[in-house]
Amino acid sequence: MGKSFFAKSRVVGPVFGACLTVTFAFALLACQKKEVSPTAATEILIGEYGSMSGATATFGQSSHMGSMLAIDSINARGGVLGKKLRIISEDDQGKPEEAITVITKLINKDRVSAILGEFASSNSLAGGPVCQKAGIPMLTPGSTNPKVTEIGNFIFRACFIDPFQGTVMAKFTANSLKLNQVAILRDIKSDYSVGLADYFIKSFTAMGGQIVADESYSAGDKDFSAQLTSLKSKNPEAIFVPGYYTEVGLLVRQARKLGITVPLLGGDGWDSEKLWEIGGEALNGCFFSNHYSVDDPSPVIQGFVAKFKARYDGKVPDAIAALGFDAAMILADAIQRAGNTNPDSIRMALAATQSFPGVTGVISLDIDRNAIKSAVVLEIRDGKNVFKGSIDP
Amino acid sequence: LSVLLQQIINGVSLGSIYALVALGYTMVYGVLRLINFAHGDIYMLGAYVGYFMARFMRGHVINPVLDTLIVMVTSMLVCALIGFLIERLAYRPVRHASRLTMLIVAIGVSLLIENLSQIVFGADPKFFPQLIPEKAWHFWNVTLNNQQAVVFGVAVALMLLLHFFVYRTRTGKAMRAVAFNLDAARLMGINPGAIIAMTFALGSALAAAGGILVSINIPGIDPLMGVMTGLKAFVAAVLGGIGNIFGAVLGGLILGLAEVMVAGYGSSTYRDAIAFLILIAILLFKPEGILGRGQVEKV
Repeated sequence: MGKSFFAKSRVVGPVFGACLTVTFAFALLACQKKEVSPTAATEILIGEYGSMSGATATFGQSSHMGSMLAIDSINARGGVLGKKLRIISEDDQGKPEEAITVITKLINKDRVSAILGEFASSNSLAGGPVCQKAGIPMLTPGSTNPKVTEIGNFIFRACFIDPFQGTVMAKFTANSLKLNQVAILRDIKSDYSVGLADYFIKSFTAMGGQIVADESYSAGDKDFSAQLTSLKSKNPEAIFVPGYYTEVGLLVRQARKLGITVPLLGGDGWDSEKLWEIGGEALNGCFFSNHYSVDDPSPVIQGFVAKFKARYDGKVPDAIAALGFDAAMILADAIQRAGNTNPDSIRMALAATQSFPGVTGVISLDIDRNAIKSAVVLEIRDGKNVFKGSIDP
Repeated sequence: LSVLLQQIINGVSLGSIYALVALGYTMVYGVLRLINFAHGDIYMLGAYVGYFMARFMRGHVINPVLDTLIVMVTSMLVCALIGFLIERLAYRPVRHASRLTMLIVAIGVSLLIENLSQIVFGADPKFFPQLIPEKAWHFWNVTLNNQQAVVFGVAVALMLLLHFFVYRTRTGKAMRAVAFNLDAARLMGINPGAIIAMTFALGSALAAAGGILVSINIPGIDPLMGVMTGLKAFVAAVLGGIGNIFGAVLGGLILGLAEVMVAGYGSSTYRDAIAFLILIAILLFKPEGILGRGQVEKV
C-alpha cells in the first residue's frame, strides 16, 4: 500500500523509548551473531528491513513472518547453492530516515548479498537509493507506488503497481458484474487513489463502458453528502471509490443514508479490519481488489495458509505476510539461478524471473522490474471478505 | 430540482453544526475580545466524552431518545467543566496581559489538548456507536433521515435556549453588560470573573453538543477532528459578525450551504478554499460581518 503514514503527528515519548530499547536489543543481537558468524562460506546472508515497531508495526511484522517461513522451508530442502540462507532483520521503526541507517549497516557491516523490504512505499523510496548506489539488489514485497522501481536497475518488487488495480476493477465491473454505467469518487489528495481512478476510466471506457460522473473528496473529509447527492442524480450502476478504509467506511454509510443502493468498488486501501467497524452493514455487497485471498481454493495458497498457521499458532496470514513469503522465495530462486552470490549476478537473475509460482499469483518481472501477476477481487459480506475470483493482467 | 433540495438539506445539516461551534467563539469574543483557539478542541473532546459514555451505556439501553439525552448532557457537563478549568488555569492569569499574549496562550492550549488527546485516545480514528437507529423519509426523490432531523432540531433548540438565556435572564443581562463594558459592569456590582468563567463553560457545553451531533450523523471521530471544524466555525462567526449570536447562526448556515454547493456543483477540491475565500472577502469588504456592529476600537 502506498499510504503515507506521516500525515499526522504521532505520539513520540513512550513509543520512542520502547523503540530505542528494541533497537538496542537488535543491535546487541546483531553484534553477538556477528561474532559467531565467520561462517560466510556456508551461509548466504540476506538483509531485511521493515517496521517491526512504530505506527506501521503490523506491516513489518507480518512481512517478516512470511519471509522467515520461506527461508526456513528453503533451508529445510537443503538451502541454495549448497548453502543455508540467513536473514538479518533490521527494524526501521517505519521511519524513512531510520531505513537509510539500517540499510547502510546491512550493506557495509553485515555485507549482505541482497535486501528484502520495505513494505510501505515511503520507506522503500528512502532505502532504495542506498541499495542502488551500493549496487545491492533490493526486492520490496509490497510497495505499490510506481516510483519505487524507477529508482534504478537494482530495485525490484514482488507486487503489482497501483495503476494495475484500476484496470483489474474495470475488467471485473465490465465482465463479471456486467455493468456499463459507473461513477468515480476519488481521493484527490492521494497519488494512489488518483492513479487507480485514472486507469479504471482508461480500461473501462476502452471496454465500452461509460463513466457517468467523476467526483472527488480529500483525505480527512468526513462529510461526503454533497458529492454523493450529485452522483446519485446521474443514476450510476456502481461507484468506484479507490480510497483508504477510514474515509470509505464513512462514505459508504452516507451513501446508503441518501438511498444509494448500488455496489461500491475499491482497491487494496480497503483491506483493514477497521473498514467493517466503521462502515458496518452498509458495506454488504461491495467489492475490492487485493493481492491474495485466504479463501482462494488453489492448492498453492491453501498449502501456504496451512504452513503459516502451523508455525504461528493458528494465525491467519494476511496479504502482507503472503507478499513477504513470495519476495523471499523469488529472491532465493534468483540466487539459485545466478549460480553465485555476486550482487550483480543476482540482479540479472532477478530481472529474468518468469512465471514464478507464488502464493500471490504467477509472477513475472517486466522490463521495469515490476511484478506482472493476477489480482483477486473480494466481496464484503457480513464482515467477511469473500473470494470472488482472480483477474489476470 | 430534487438534487438542489437535497443539497440544501445537506448544507443546512452541516451548517447547523458550524453554527453551534461558532456560538462559542462569538460568546467568548463578545465578553473577552479573545479568539479562543482551543474551542475546536473542546468540540473534539465533547465527541470523545460522548463516545466513552455511549460505549459505557451500550449494555443497558433504555430507549434511544433518553440514551442520546444522557450521553449529550454528560458530555456537555464534562466539557463545561473543562472549559471552566481552561479559563481558570490558562486565560485568567494572563487576562491583563497584552492581547497577543492571550492569543498565544490560546494556541498553546489548543496544541496541548490535541497532542494530549493523541496520547490518551490514540491517533487512529474511532467509530462512534450508533445512538439513534436510522430511519429515512423519501419524498420527491429527496431523502431526509431522522439523524439529520435530530441534529438540526437539537441545534435549533439549543440556540433558542441560549437566546432566551442571554436576553431574558439576569445572568444573561450581566453577561451582556460585561461584554459592553467590563469596568462599568464591575462598578454596577457584577462579578466579571464569574461571568467570564460562565461564558466559557456555556460555550464549551455548546461545542460539546456540536461534537455529539456531528458524531451521530458522521460516526468517525479522531483527535484532530476539531482543527478544521474549529477554523470553519471561526470563519462562520466572523462572517455573521463576531460577538453577535444571530450572526454566528447565520454565518454557520451560509458557510455550510456554500461548501455543499461548491462540492456538489463544482469541485470538492475547492470546498475548503471557498470557506477561507469567504473569510478574506468579508475582512476586505465588511470587516464587522453581516450582522456585526461597526465599532471604534478602544485604545
